[in-house]
Amino acid sequence: MKILVIGGGMGGTILANNVARTLKDELKSGKVQITMLSASDKHMYQPGLLYVAVGRMTPDELYRDQASLLEPGIQFHVDPVEQFMLDANQVKTKSGKVHGYDIMVIATGSRMFPDSIPGLKENAEFFYTEETAVKLFHRLREFQGGKIVIAMGVPHKCPMAPLEITFMLNEYFMERGIRDKVQIHYTYPIGRVHTLENVAKWAQPEMDRVGITYETLFNLKSVDGEKRVLHSEEGTEISYDMLISIPAHKGMEVIETNKLGQNGWIPTDRYNLNMEGRSNVFVLGDTTNIPISKAGSTAHFEAETVGANIAALVRFGAPVRKYDGKVFCFIQTGSESATYAMFNYIKPPDPKAPTRAIHWFKLAYNKLYWISARGLL
Amino acid sequence: MSEKKIIDARGSFCPGPLMELIAGIKMVEIGDEIEVLSTDKGSAAEIPQWLKKVGHEHLGSREEAGVWHVNLKRSK
Repeated sequence: MKILVIGGGMGGTILANNVARTLKDELKSGKVQITMLSASDKHMYQPGLLYVAVGRMTPDELYRDQASLLEPGIQFHVDPVEQFMLDANQVKTKSGKVHGYDIMVIATGSRMFPDSIPGLKENAEFFYTEETAVKLFHRLREFQGGKIVIAMGVPHKCPMAPLEITFMLNEYFMERGIRDKVQIHYTYPIGRVHTLENVAKWAQPEMDRVGITYETLFNLKSVDGEKRVLHSEEGTEISYDMLISIPAHKGMEVIETNKLGQNGWIPTDRYNLNMEGRSNVFVLGDTTNIPISKAGSTAHFEAETVGANIAALVRFGAPVRKYDGKVFCFIQTGSESATYAMFNYIKPPDPKAPTRAIHWFKLAYNKLYWISARGLL
Repeated sequence: MSEKKIIDARGSFCPGPLMELIAGIKMVEIGDEIEVLSTDKGSAAEIPQWLKKVGHEHLGSREEAGVWHVNLKRSK
């Protein structure tokens, strides 16, 4: 039985490790083979980029060697897939090698795509790659006062990121002693400050309390870098001195070029996590088109479900679990406070008031992540 | 005009049906129709408000067995 995992991010790594541990005897005897194909020999802790931007982490803290995170017996190759041949149960990689499979898991993730908004890429700061987070860190250090506007595209990775960067900027400038010289102006695409109603109910009065201004129903249409003005789909304008964007995201290009899903999102059964029409292909994390948060925890919980089902398929010939839509997101609400939101397809989130204890737990998780990626937490 | 696009946002608390629509409407052509499925009652009111604000056409909404079907046309 050949199990092929495409992508070495959080979802693919947890899945491969879980399956390897559950099927350790089969792996040892050669009855099962697990192969992972990835574009990089490094694994990045992506949520850490937010902390890099405000000087709370350094980029070197975000990386581990991917091979060091994998259970013995998993064959790992830095050789990204370029062609999916689903009818033949094969993929072809950049090096030209063809890998066959009995079961395949696609967990290739997503990428920021600011290109869809004219002027955005050239004029905004981002924090979704190491390069952009470090650039934002330097821009913030140099910033002595003026109007910072937070604007976003849809869909974006990590639905809490807009609020987190906003509240962290508030405390960042307080700590620098120039908060009174900085206007932080938050925008959001729908008619409240966050899509989760309970989060919005907490966040809006908190913004009022700390003097963060906001504008809802603002969908970015274009950026005029010369005049430093944002234009919205709704017909409004906002001026800025610094623009920080949580840009729209797309799935990876290889998904689009192979026509596996529009914008790189693969049509996926929300409970079984099968690629639609393919019983031996599973999809994890950002790569799915399921209408839930594109977040690490989503990939984590999906990987646990699919891992258990693959092990059961190998041993019993049938899956044993369904994914219930579980998502858990920390919400960093300042440099010393945090809360969280947990929900699934049925139960809405009910975030509690932020505490320092949750903040410390979040900081601990920034380190514990590496245990989580190994599938141990 | 192409076939009507279905945005199945049932069970979506985050990003939620309206955010799914905002993302999905960019994936169809002007003049195309979309039907949003939602189990969130608030969306039945929220989506038409957004359509009016931005200038897309709301074709109608109905509720069947706890699922709201909101139909619209991309107008610009």
